[in-house]
Amino acid sequence: MSEDSKQAEAVEEKPYKPTSPSTKLNFDGFWDYDDAPQSADHVEYKDQYELFIGGEFVAPEKDRYFDSLNPATEEKLTSFGEATQQDIDKAVKSARKAFDKSWSTLEPKERGKYIFRLARLIQERAREFAVLESMDGGKPIRESRDVDVPLAAAHFFYYAGWADKLDYAFPGKKAKPLGVAGQIIPWNFPLLMLAWKIAPALATGNTVVLKPAETTSLTALKFAELCQDAGLPDGVVNIVTGAGQTGSAIVNHDDIDKIAFTGSTEVGKIIKKSLAGTDKRYTLELGGKGPNIIFEDAPLDQAVEGIVNAIFFNQGHVCCAGSRLFVQEGIADTVVQKLRDRMETLIVGDPLDKNTDIGAINSEQQYNKINEYLEIGVNEGAEMYQSSCKIPETGYFCRPTLFTNVGQSNRIVQEEIFGPVLTVQTFRTAEEGIEKANNTPYGLAGGVWTDKGSKIFKTGSEIRNGVVWSNTYNKFDPTSPFGGYKESGEGREGGLQGLYPYVNLQ
Amino acid sequence: MSDRIEVLKTYKTYAGGNFPRTESGRYYKVYDGNDNILANACQCSRKDLRDAVVAARNAQKGWNGRSAYNRGQILYRIAEMLETRKAQFIEELETIGYKTKKAKAEVEASIDRLIYYAGWSDKYQQVFGTINPVSSSHFNFSMPEPMGVVNVWAPEERPLLGLVSVMAPVIVGGNTCVILASEKYPLSAISFAEVLNSSDVPGGVVNILTGFRDELLEHMTTHKDVNAFFYTDPNIVQEQRKQIDENATLNLKRVRRKPVEDWESEEAQSPYYITDFQETKTTWHPVGL
Repeated sequence: MSEDSKQAEAVEEKPYKPTSPSTKLNFDGFWDYDDAPQSADHVEYKDQYELFIGGEFVAPEKDRYFDSLNPATEEKLTSFGEATQQDIDKAVKSARKAFDKSWSTLEPKERGKYIFRLARLIQERAREFAVLESMDGGKPIRESRDVDVPLAAAHFFYYAGWADKLDYAFPGKKAKPLGVAGQIIPWNFPLLMLAWKIAPALATGNTVVLKPAETTSLTALKFAELCQDAGLPDGVVNIVTGAGQTGSAIVNHDDIDKIAFTGSTEVGKIIKKSLAGTDKRYTLELGGKGPNIIFEDAPLDQAVEGIVNAIFFNQGHVCCAGSRLFVQEGIADTVVQKLRDRMETLIVGDPLDKNTDIGAINSEQQYNKINEYLEIGVNEGAEMYQSSCKIPETGYFCRPTLFTNVGQSNRIVQEEIFGPVLTVQTFRTAEEGIEKANNTPYGLAGGVWTDKGSKIFKTGSEIRNGVVWSNTYNKFDPTSPFGGYKESGEGREGGLQGLYPYVNLQ
Repeated sequence: MSDRIEVLKTYKTYAGGNFPRTESGRYYKVYDGNDNILANACQCSRKDLRDAVVAARNAQKGWNGRSAYNRGQILYRIAEMLETRKAQFIEELETIGYKTKKAKAEVEASIDRLIYYAGWSDKYQQVFGTINPVSSSHFNFSMPEPMGVVNVWAPEERPLLGLVSVMAPVIVGGNTCVILASEKYPLSAISFAEVLNSSDVPGGVVNILTGFRDELLEHMTTHKDVNAFFYTDPNIVQEQRKQIDENATLNLKRVRRKPVEDWESEEAQSPYYITDFQETKTTWHPVGL
């Protein structure tokens, strides 16, 4: 054996290790990521938070507090005061006083400057808010850092500018504020939803009483600190914490002029019913079962990224999530294979790790609900596929999940799961795809993937949804109105249209 | 003096472009200003309503698919047809107690209102649609789109002008509708259906029923294939108002109430009556090479 061939053998014995990703993704474990933790050292939060009423933190009347857990560790993070009827009375009174005495009499341009201040303060403390959002709610730091917090700041910045320009928003009419707005927000985008609610309300001259979700109230109370820092007149923003009963006290309060709610369709209907026969205005941003339609001529790799973003963004805790995938028949097998390959690469785990794609499910209750739906799906005869990734032993985590062989009437196709669970259906003609896409009581948002512009517009115009994303998904912008058709809600948030729910036109 | 016997008109309903009688076979008496019987009107039933909603739903896609220009021309055509039948409508209003001057004013205001909304057909989108300067590389725009099928209670007073004022803004925006005519004065509404029927309005776009409000309210507000409910009554009893709102929660029906007192006033028409029955659709279109 010559020297040369010996050398060759020695080389061959070494396992092949690519130095850059080859054309075919290799999943045999060469690509382990090191931990990349986001430091939480500089972040401060108190052990216990009181209610924010009339510009100061005050203890709840009944002196009751409830714990808030970090869903990734199941450990207590902090606790919040439980607001009861008396506290809501107090908050509404202070909001009313602020409306009459300071906020509605303030020059619109000065009102705008306060809102600009809030936008700037969020930007200055953006990382702190992002870390807290991930600790309190379980979402990956990459999302809270790059999406939630910057968008929240942008929202305040956008609406601040409207404050002294309302005469240009409603042709032929004069816009007047409503008064006191009661606002109830969900746990999936805590700070961002707060921004969606508070920014347009303040810009139009209303004052607010806002209740964050009971599992994710931390950033709302940190925001209360910003209101103090900004020198916002006392009582313009009031933040009360608590669960459903607190929300119900807001909805049914006689001195509130408008209710803005984001949450499930089930609760939205209860609220709409509670408001029956009253003069209160309301907007509802409710559930969804977003169709994501992939045509044969779509750019497939881009589409697969889009499908992943549509359903696995924020653990699928997104009302507009693309939870129903419709693939044109000819490419169905290819797309499902590519999707499974891509799902294998998703990292599920510590929300504070910068590499994490999918963080913790927000609460034990939601975790149980998702698992129930997985069981329902299997019992309905669907084929379940889950990625084989490692998941932490403590905390509420769920593997990205795919269901094939589903029928239009299956519960996992009709009902909102609010988790990382995708159903896959196929269609032959555009008409069939559209018909299936429209076949739920929901109508919030959906996606269309094709290389053909005319097809985007035609399909988009026939989908009964408030938002159509073409060749993209889950994009948000303060200038872009958002909201549902059918049972996904009433009214729009964002953009010029988002001013309308907060004004009387005269 | 001629001894010719007059031919009296049978007042029926208008659904899907046809003039059927109520399936229930029921009727109620309509009186003139002096309490003399004028006609037997159909006392429509739940089934009539459901049939009308089916007709409205079937017509909606096609109606919305018409160009804005075409919808405007059709509304204009309704006005033309009404103008040529002015005398008939004035006479009909007189029989229920209108003075000639007032009757003439109502018919003329109705014609003008149709022209007003005909003109909006291809403009409200421009005034109320937006192009949104998003930060990503997308062309992002929001357009008004019709809600779908709207159930309407026409105003009880002003049997012609009230009806036209609630119908025009709903249909000019691409919706179809089922209208319950004024209960006390339903005859102008049915005569107006004859105008619609000769104005190139596709069958099913406007459906007009007659009958009892209290009986049909429940069915009109609980129907799950109806997207919105529109009423005007300034003096509605609180209990009924609550019932409307509560029933609407079933499928998140949009409820719009315009308690207009004077249908000849300026507050009785505006483009906001159109947008009240529109949803906003936002589209993100990719930009790139």
